[in-house]
Amino acid sequence: MKSLLAVGRYLIVRTLMVGITLVVGCYLIVIIMNMGGKLDDVRRAEIRSNVASAIFLDPSNRGIPADALKVMVDELAELEYERLGLDRPFFPWRSLEYLFTALSLKLGTAEQLTSDTGSRSVARILSERLPATLVLFGTSNLLLFFLAIQFALFLSRRYGSLVDRTMVGLAPLSSAPGWFYGIFLILIFAAVLRVLPWGGLVQVPPPDTAPAYALSLLEHMILPVLAITIGALFANVYRWRTFFLIYSSEDYVELAKAKGLSARGIQRRYIMRPTLPTIITSLMLILIGTWQGQIILETVFNWPGLGRQYLAAVNLNDTPVILGTLVIYGYLLAGTLLLLEFIYALVDPRVRVGGGKV
Amino acid sequence: MNTLLRNLRELRRYPSAILGLTIIGLLIVLSIYAVIAIPYSEAIRLWRGGPGVWDELPRNASPAWFDLFTGKSLSRTIVVDSRTEGTRTREPLGDGNVRERLILALDFRYDTFPTEMSLFSTATYETKRSKLTATWVKPDGTRVALASGRSIRSSDTYYISLDNQLRDRLPQMAAPEVALFGEFGASSPKGEWKTQPGTYELVLEADMPEAYTLESKLVVYGSVYGIAGTDNQRRDITVALLWGAPLALLFGLLAALGANTATFVLAGIGTWFGGFMDSAFQRLTQLTLLLPLLPILIMVGQLYGRSIWLILAVVILLNVFSGAYLTYRAMFLQAKEAPYIEAARAYGARHRRMIFRYLLPRIVPVLLPTFVLVVPQFVFLEASLAVLGLGDPILPTWGKLIYDARAADALYKGYYYWVLEPAILLMVTGFGFALVGFALDRIFNPRLRTM
Repeated sequence: MKSLLAVGRYLIVRTLMVGITLVVGCYLIVIIMNMGGKLDDVRRAEIRSNVASAIFLDPSNRGIPADALKVMVDELAELEYERLGLDRPFFPWRSLEYLFTALSLKLGTAEQLTSDTGSRSVARILSERLPATLVLFGTSNLLLFFLAIQFALFLSRRYGSLVDRTMVGLAPLSSAPGWFYGIFLILIFAAVLRVLPWGGLVQVPPPDTAPAYALSLLEHMILPVLAITIGALFANVYRWRTFFLIYSSEDYVELAKAKGLSARGIQRRYIMRPTLPTIITSLMLILIGTWQGQIILETVFNWPGLGRQYLAAVNLNDTPVILGTLVIYGYLLAGTLLLLEFIYALVDPRVRVGGGKV
Repeated sequence: MNTLLRNLRELRRYPSAILGLTIIGLLIVLSIYAVIAIPYSEAIRLWRGGPGVWDELPRNASPAWFDLFTGKSLSRTIVVDSRTEGTRTREPLGDGNVRERLILALDFRYDTFPTEMSLFSTATYETKRSKLTATWVKPDGTRVALASGRSIRSSDTYYISLDNQLRDRLPQMAAPEVALFGEFGASSPKGEWKTQPGTYELVLEADMPEAYTLESKLVVYGSVYGIAGTDNQRRDITVALLWGAPLALLFGLLAALGANTATFVLAGIGTWFGGFMDSAFQRLTQLTLLLPLLPILIMVGQLYGRSIWLILAVVILLNVFSGAYLTYRAMFLQAKEAPYIEAARAYGARHRRMIFRYLLPRIVPVLLPTFVLVVPQFVFLEASLAVLGLGDPILPTWGKLIYDARAADALYKGYYYWVLEPAILLMVTGFGFALVGFALDRIFNPRLRTM
């Protein structure tokens, strides 16, 4: 009971901290985005030119003198500024309002972009893209995690062997990010061998039946997943192998060996157990890293996810979509962190006792 | 300091570190060569391109050493300029005009066809136009009329390869650069074009007033060029490959140095004073972990400007409170308890002296491997931004080469060299720093050494 309380307290404190950090982070993003009012000027100019072209091109306005038309443009633009809330000062109200609408995910309507179904709603635009990002991100990170753990354990058992030395020698390969290997993979498998697709989510046109769709999706996922994995695998295998080695030279492991426990049992109970918290922390950093690389990976592979949507929004200065994507990224990162904190609380005995760093 | 040097000397015992150092050394030599061979302003002018800069280079040409792999001699670019070569005759017509005849001869002995042909003419006419007649003479004496009565001004470019009327007159309606340099053999059932080695002549004739002269330059574009090839705007890729080296190194080193030093010093200060400052810095670190850094960088690049220096500053700023802060903090906490610190405290040393003379130097050795290991991260970060189209607008970098290549569908069209050259250089750079970094890590973290 007491340990449950400790875990609960730990988790509540963590959630609060991550929550506060998220709010501060979002506010920071809102401020950077406004770039000292310059963005407002850009948007005003855009609105004005749209209004002006609408009025000057309207055939029913023909014959009205240019001066009168100018007045009309001014009035209409003013109305439009008011509609978009550009007439009020940025600090503090408009910025806080942006922050609040962003955090509550009431994202409003996009200025330029539309969803595939033609909707202007930011929520719809983003929710259309989210699954594609999550499926790629989830698969590749799970694969990465289990592969890295298995490899690291395997190598720590065969310390000094040829496989071990090869893997250690390959560790510097991880200095290049996933997208970089993506380019090589596309070159080999799509351009030269022509066996795997160049990119995209599914083939064009999309298959009608669900199994065919899934199969096509899988085929398109091979290269990006492989790219992410290669980009991060070697360094993590190297790092975790070292952890395992350090822990497998502890006295209690020697004792367990002397007692004649099975190698598998020793590995699970005496090596994995104490290293788990450290491994979870390092997994957290990997996850953050892959999130960061998502945009460019999606661009390289033409993957219709959040990242590519974000790039499109940035190029069009579509503020609501930019803000929405950044906030969703923030939520996803925070969610991932909290999930790991939760696992951490389960596996780290220090948390249960209540004496850990909180 | 002596320990630091001794440890560095230990690098010699790691072959991987020596390989890494060699790579870094070569990159530095390459950078110095680039900066000396192509001055900054020249590099920018060349990369911007525009009329007149790259006119004589072929489009999308592979590197010249592709010869070695194909076993054929691939066509090179041939330029014949009437200012320096060719024969000129002037024949008075009697009415004050002359008929100027230029014969531009070229020797063509390659196995592949040229990719393009163009004729650049300049004449000293001011107001009057003149008619130009061009005739192509093959080695076997066959004559092909290229253009007759082409009206030319003071400067004129005749894109022979794009002349569709000419194409219609050529056998099999083949592309001019093929039909003019080859013979159609009916050896296989479908028949095919083969290059015809020998000396070709382009005969140009123009009537004009006696005081004027015509100068013409024939460019027969090859299929290979230089050591790195060219891109779709005829630019020599070597320029960007060379200049990419100093830019990548500079960006990587400065970002790593700036971010790492700042993190290091702040961790020292935060740990020393403890309390509010320490916890504030820790919160900032958490904040940085949660901020989507690359998206923010992209936003900054789009909204504020894409200059490499601005991006560098933002990168450093966003990386001050990175994950490394926690590592340094843990080390400083340990170092703070050392007896010599206590002694210094006892004789009343000032805070500044304590931090900068006693606390920080103790951890410097640990800084070194981290510093070397993050350099490639920043090199690739710059490349990532460039590949997303947010690179510095005027500087030629490796990342921008990849961006251009992707934008032009280079992989799809088979121009692999265009992507591979910058990619391999990036990879070698990353690998070099990583090799040294891993070795340093093993030297400075003795716990790893026994492993």
